[in-house]
Amino acid sequence: MSYVKGLFCRECGREYPAEAINACDFCFGPLEVIYDYDSIKKIISRDRIASGPNSIWRYHDLLPADIENAVDINAGMTPLIRSHNFAKSLGLENLYFKNDSVNPSFSFKDRVVAVASTKALEFGFDTLACASTGNLAGSVAAHAARAGMRSFVFIPADLEPGKILGSAVYGPNIMAVDGSYDDVNRLCSEIADNYPWAFVNINMRPYYAEGSKTLGFEVAEQLGWKAPDNCIVPVASGALLTKIWKGLNELASLGLIDPVKTKMFAAQAEGCSPVVTAFDANSFNVRPVKPNTIAKSLAIGNPADGYYALRTIEESIGGAWAVREDEVADGIKELAEKEGIFTEPAGGVVIGALKHLVETGQIKPSETTVAYITGNGYKTQEVVQDIVRPNLIKPTMSSFESSMKL
Amino acid sequence: MAKQRIKFTFPQELITTPVIYELGIRFSVVTNVRRADVREGVGWVILEIEGDESQIQNGLDWVTEMGVRVDSVGGDIVEG
Repeated sequence: MSYVKGLFCRECGREYPAEAINACDFCFGPLEVIYDYDSIKKIISRDRIASGPNSIWRYHDLLPADIENAVDINAGMTPLIRSHNFAKSLGLENLYFKNDSVNPSFSFKDRVVAVASTKALEFGFDTLACASTGNLAGSVAAHAARAGMRSFVFIPADLEPGKILGSAVYGPNIMAVDGSYDDVNRLCSEIADNYPWAFVNINMRPYYAEGSKTLGFEVAEQLGWKAPDNCIVPVASGALLTKIWKGLNELASLGLIDPVKTKMFAAQAEGCSPVVTAFDANSFNVRPVKPNTIAKSLAIGNPADGYYALRTIEESIGGAWAVREDEVADGIKELAEKEGIFTEPAGGVVIGALKHLVETGQIKPSETTVAYITGNGYKTQEVVQDIVRPNLIKPTMSSFESSMKL
Repeated sequence: MAKQRIKFTFPQELITTPVIYELGIRFSVVTNVRRADVREGVGWVILEIEGDESQIQNGLDWVTEMGVRVDSVGGDIVEG
């Protein structure tokens, strides 16, 4: 069973029943799940979690959907890798990479879509939908396939066909919209209002976003039930950063870890950095931008949770940094060469931010630092195409050996 | 009649201009402000607009031409 009591508005506090809604009727503020923490506290323990499935569903007591009917393609429980080479080059003693690029559809989106699709089935929906240029589309299509649901994926018509291959293989209805990103946004809002579908990041958003808490839960569990000192998180909508923080604090409030002193750091690319811009201006007013970045998975110009991400950064005494566009590919290569992890550009952004935070003394050598790698580099190979420079040799030993001397 | 939930973000130079009032007058739409934060340097307003669908669209095009950024309240839906 789930311990959901209902929803509440993050702005005015008005409460709603747990339904497929995402905004307050009065102030249009976003809705958040209310849990029965008193009941959760009576049953939850480290042992109960550890004896659960090897996926996000081991934390089902703190998720807004029933494990009995979970749409489970084994999202979560991805490796937390202790860094040796990168840590040494930065002079850090306790650096970890949370490698979420090895989820079933190769990004952290499997965590949120697992929860959204399970909740969608609970509500009786037969269709799962999203608008996406990559990771989310793949995850929605995969979970819909597993759940036996129909799925619709909306994309801008000018998106390269290769970008959607990893979704198309699961058999969704792909709708290529002849228009700008703004046009796709507008159309999807309208469709969500008029069709009885579960749009994962519209009417399912309060439940969907909760899946990201598992990135906080897992890291704490994998560190031996303690929160790290620093988390570096890529920021698109801002929900991931706020939910990791929420997850860590839920564990603390339930007595599963000590009080959280983690500093939350937001990483964006310069070509789309509305949250960092607001942070630098010492403001909570996130001004929307037109994205122009190679980090496409972070290209959200009007971040729904930007304000809340800034609040989290302030509360945690963290920070924010925008990485130069030309540093993003460098970060991808460096992580691959030093740690054997091939990330998409969002990971390159995290690496760029990590280096800046160490260089500026915001992260100290002895502190435990976790850098979140949220998507797989095989999806965005074109970003690092220039590294393919094979040594051309003839099929002879002499040719091989003379090449080796070079 | 159609309804839309919209966020206007005003640049500094338009903060003293009665854009929302003019929007209602020019395009015969009803505007209903639900939340706002207007300061010296920047301001945003979240409102509901009700009226004929084409008039709402014309009105939003006019607001955009005036230099106001128009976004959906729930943020961008297209994700990576």
